[in-house]
This record gives sequence, structure tokens and C-alpha cells, in this order.
Amino acid sequence: MTVMEQRGAYHPTPPPAWQPRTDPAPLLPDERPYRVLGTDSAADVDPALLRRLYAELVRGRRYNTQATALTKQGRLAVYPSSTGQEACEVAAALVLEERDWLFPSYRDTLAAVARGLDPVQALTLLRGDWHTGYDPREHRVAPLCTPLATQLPHAVGLAHAARLKGDDVVALALVGDGGTSEGDFHEALNFAAVWQAPVVFLVQNNGFAISVPLEKQTAAPSLAHKAVGYGMPGRLVDGNDAAAVHQVLAEAVAHARAGGGPTLVEAVTYRIDAHTNADDATRYRGDAEVETWRAHDPITLLERELTERDLIDEAGIQAARDAAETMAADLRERMNQDPVLDPMDLFAHVYAEPTPQLREQEALLRAELAAEEEGAH
Amino acid sequence: MTTVALKPATMAQALTRALRDAMTADPTVHVMGEDVGTLGGVFRVTDGLAKEFGEDRVIDTPLAEAGILGTAVGMAMYGLRPVVEMQFDAFAYPAFEQLISHVARMRNRTRGAMPLPITIRVPYGGGIGGVEHHSDSSEAYYIATPGLHVVTPATVADAYGLLRAAIASDDPVVVLEPKRLYWSKDSWNPEEPQAVEPIGRAVVRRAGRSATLITYGPSVPVCMEAAEAATAEGWDLEVVDLRSLVPFDDETVAASVRRTGRAVVVHESSGFGGPGGEIAARVTERCFHHLEAPVLRVAGFDIPYPPPMLERHHLPGVDRILDAVGRLQWEAEN
Repeated sequence: MTVMEQRGAYHPTPPPAWQPRTDPAPLLPDERPYRVLGTDSAADVDPALLRRLYAELVRGRRYNTQATALTKQGRLAVYPSSTGQEACEVAAALVLEERDWLFPSYRDTLAAVARGLDPVQALTLLRGDWHTGYDPREHRVAPLCTPLATQLPHAVGLAHAARLKGDDVVALALVGDGGTSEGDFHEALNFAAVWQAPVVFLVQNNGFAISVPLEKQTAAPSLAHKAVGYGMPGRLVDGNDAAAVHQVLAEAVAHARAGGGPTLVEAVTYRIDAHTNADDATRYRGDAEVETWRAHDPITLLERELTERDLIDEAGIQAARDAAETMAADLRERMNQDPVLDPMDLFAHVYAEPTPQLREQEALLRAELAAEEEGAH
Repeated sequence: MTTVALKPATMAQALTRALRDAMTADPTVHVMGEDVGTLGGVFRVTDGLAKEFGEDRVIDTPLAEAGILGTAVGMAMYGLRPVVEMQFDAFAYPAFEQLISHVARMRNRTRGAMPLPITIRVPYGGGIGGVEHHSDSSEAYYIATPGLHVVTPATVADAYGLLRAAIASDDPVVVLEPKRLYWSKDSWNPEEPQAVEPIGRAVVRRAGRSATLITYGPSVPVCMEAAEAATAEGWDLEVVDLRSLVPFDDETVAASVRRTGRAVVVHESSGFGGPGGEIAARVTERCFHHLEAPVLRVAGFDIPYPPPMLERHHLPGVDRILDAVGRLQWEAEN
């Protein structure tokens, strides 16, 4: 008999039973990007919504071509085009209620415009006369965000604050495939899931982070799969199918609004244009690939659905194009006017009250301007 | 000047009281950070607040500083007034992108439409025997970022007054809390309403005629001690406690140096690229004809913060300060 046996049976306390935190199966995305157009489920979509989406896509494409043209004419400092991604941009804006918030990245001026922002105000950052050309609270559109994914925690914090206040508000945040590699993407999704914040993350996977393709960005099965690790549902959708993107986002927004917490949506799309006008896409991708995606153009897909099912006629198509031209002409005319700048604005909004140091610098600039003025006469 | 004998209170208690008073006065004030809820913070500054105000207003966040400050930005955008605790000076660095690219710029970026009333509390500085990454003096990073206010208390009363002012400010304020002064005591009546100091005013802690020690935060008590020791050498030193690094109180500093004609800047932060260079330049620009000697600096060495068993060699102490005072060209007076 051992000493232990003499003292009585040794019964170690078992550790608490391990339980999975949550069942991962319902969080997993579909195996293939979800599609509506050209499938049986297209018949379930309200034709009025399809026509609305179509008009917005046509207007959005025209906005993209007009902004690109303005850049070539020197009216914009730079323009990161969303040509080819209009279905995501437009659907993101249309699924939100007025009281909701949109958190765009620098490529998402179109989403802001589709939400109702004046295109000239949306383009102020890219024209270069001020960083944010609008009051974010007016349309509940956060400033266009350049440092990748850093706007995502803002969306989470705002959504959480709204819930703490008892407000029925959802935040929708936009990010690209490259942005999913940033630490802020991870932290935002983790906070959102822990807090069950009413926020929807839309990743527009357009294939490239400037020149770097997705396979150099991630080894994940899909970007939507990343949701599972945070304990939120991931959805995979065809980003060029406006009806599908709209449906998936609308479901995610409704889920968030009902207290169900966040969703990560990956929309598979393609950046038809280069990163910006300053980029040369021929250095990292071939024409054949671009042509494949042109054949899967969001406007073509929706137009086919509408015409094949007689949901729109020639006059309807023409009306959408005319409205887009009117918007473009107005944008062209207003962007061709030089913005009126006041250099003293540089000091106006650094602090609520300028520091004594800023007041001194303000006086210096004012004197320089006065001397310039005098020299001009 | 009250003569009532007051109960001694610590700086940590004054900070807790400031948070409690701010939360009571304004329901939009929310405290958030790592371990600030149930535990009451690793320095116990948020002790009792979760119990009193609930977990929605005193939020134990996931362990991610960029996420903490980033979500605080969103909360402030929605009209809340977040008070963020960064657990230690060197743990605040992951939040720097949010701080520099968003917190400091949002008012400016939106032409004043969306200011961010966020308070960022950062326990900072050495002298507590902390192991690596627990003793940094990180103020140079903050003051180099336009759009932030940066304050640092040296007394129990100022800890209360400056934190209340920071929370009340519509601009982001970084409150650098000297760790080794957390348990310093002062006669301070927590039962009485306390003064809320306007941000941006320095104070003369000790009047003197021979030279001015310009300092802040954890180095203030060291300079006070040096000033007492200096009397044995026949020097009557003035000590200016800056309290606020941004905005900087040029007026109080310059007035003192014009009176004394000599100045030494004292801080723990590394000398090269540290606040002392900026302060010396500002003093020289304003007081050149009153100066009897170049403005000297006594600062931490230009080294990564040393291990605790060697930190006493790094931190500016009384002897090093008095040596600097001795080099202020006194022979010129003879």
C-alpha cells in the first residue's frame, strides 16, 4: 500500500468542463458568393427596388467617369475610382435609414453621394481645399477615411454609444480587402462582437490593395470566414450583383437593429480602374483579367435582368442616363469654379480656443497676407 | 487661504474623486479601458466607479489600445464624453495612429463641426521600480502632435483640477499622471468642492531670486527638494510648475526668468528632442537680454528607459540639478 493510498484515495479536483463558446457552424459564410440576378430568387425582389438600384448604378458610373475626367483636367488632386464597384457603393447607401451612420473609406465618395451628400462636398478632400467638405452629422456620413481600417473602430464606438443611449441606430462601415490586414480591422471586429454592437462591416474585395493581389494579403479561406473567429456571422456575396448585395446588407442591418450584433459581409468585386489616376495597373495585371470582369459589370447584370423580364423599357433606361448626365453636367460646372479659400481658416479649428502660440502664428500669417496684398497693388 | 486642518489625501484619490464628480455632473461621461471596471484599474484610480455607475459607464474593454481609443472616437462622435485609461505609458503606443490621425485632427478636419471631447489618462514616468515598458516619459510624442492638449499634475489639488478641466474640455486632452506621485499625500479635503484649473496656466511653486527651475509632473517635487538644498549654497531658486505643456504658459515662464536671469529646465524625458529644447528656445526668444547664462537642461539620458536597478542613475536628481545650477556662470556676477 502506498502512502497516498494509506491517507485515503487521491481525488484531484477535475478542471471545469470545457465548453465551446459558440457553435461556429451558423456563422460560416456560403461556399459561393450569393447571387440574386439571373437566379430564381430575383423574382422575389420588388421591381421598384431593382429600378431604383439601376438608376443609382447608372448615376454612380457617370459620377465615377466624371470625377476621373475632372482629375485629368487638374480639378481634382487625385481620384480613387470605384468603377466596377458601384453595386456595393449604392447598396451600402440604400440599405440605411436616415438615422443610421455610414463610415466610408477614401474610395467610397460614391456611397456618400448615394446617401444624399452633395457630390462637390464629397469631393472636397480629393480637390484639396479642405479635408472634409461636409458636416458629418448632417447626413450621418463620417469623414472619408484615408488611413486604412482606422474608421472601423469609430463605427463600432458610435454604434455602441447609440445603443447605450437607447437609440435605434446602425453603423455601416466600408473597408477594402487590403484593409482587412490592418490591426484596426481585427480590433474593430473583436470589440463589435464582444459588445454586440449594431454595426455591419462591408469588405469590398476588389482584388487588389493598389498592386498587391489578395493571395499575398491573406491565407484565409475567404475574407468572410474571418468573422467566425470573432463570433459573428460572415456573409459572402457577389459584389457586382446589386440585388444580392442589397439583400445581404439589408438582412445584416436588420439583424443589427434587432439587437443581434454585428455581421461581416465580403462582397467579391473588381476594381476596373487603376488604384488612382497616379497608378499604372498594367504593371501588375493583364487586360484579359480586366475584360473578364467587364463582362460581369454590375450595370450590365442588372440591365439584363430588368429588360429580360420587361421591368424597364427603353424610355426608362434613357431616363436613368439623362438623370446621370444632368448630375455630371452640374458637377462639372461647379467643380470648374475655383474654390474660395481663406488661409486664416488654418488656425480656426485646431482647438476650440486657439492657444497663445497659435495666435502668434496667426498674426504672422495675417501680416504675410497683408504684405502680399500690398505687393499686388 | 483656509487654515482648517485637512485630512491627507493621495493623488490617486483626488483623481478618483475627479472622475466621480465628472460622472455625477454629466451623464455623457464614460470611463473605459483595461481593468478599469471590476478591478478599479491597476493603480485603483477608477476604484468603486463601476459599482456606483454601472458597467455601461465604466467599461472593461478588450485588451487593445487602438481599439479602445478608436471606439472612444466613435462614442465621442455620437455625443458621449469618453475618459480613456491607457494602462501604462508604453502600452499607449498601439493607440498612436488613432491619436495622431483622428483624435488630434477631427475638429480641424471637419472645420469645427465634429470636435472630440476625449480625455486620455496616461500613467507615466519612472521611479517606481517598474520593469521594461512600464516607466516611459512619453510627453514629447504628445506635445509634437497639434490638436492635443497635454497636462500633467504635480500636486493632489492639481490632479483633481486638471482632470476635471480635461473632461470638461471640448478638445482632446492627454492627462499625463506621474506614477510615482500617485501615492503622494497632501492636505486636501475631498468633502469640499474643489477648484477646476483652467488648462494652460503654469504656477510658481516656490518664489526665488537666483535662478528659475522650469519643470513639471514627477520632477516638481525633485526640484522643490533641490531648491531647499540650494539654500545651503546661497542660491534662492524659483520653481515653476508648468502643469500644462500644451498650451504652454510663456507668460509665467518668461516673467520668472526675467526676474531671475537664469534658468534650468528639468524633466525625466530624454533630453534630445525632449520638451526641454523647446522650452529653452522659447525662454531664449523672450528673455535673451535678461539672461546671465545659457538656459541649461537636466533631462533623462538619451537611452531606452533603464532597468529598475539602474534607473536612479537616469532620473534627474537633486545633485544633478544643483550641478546644473552651479554651471549658470555665476562668476560673471563678480
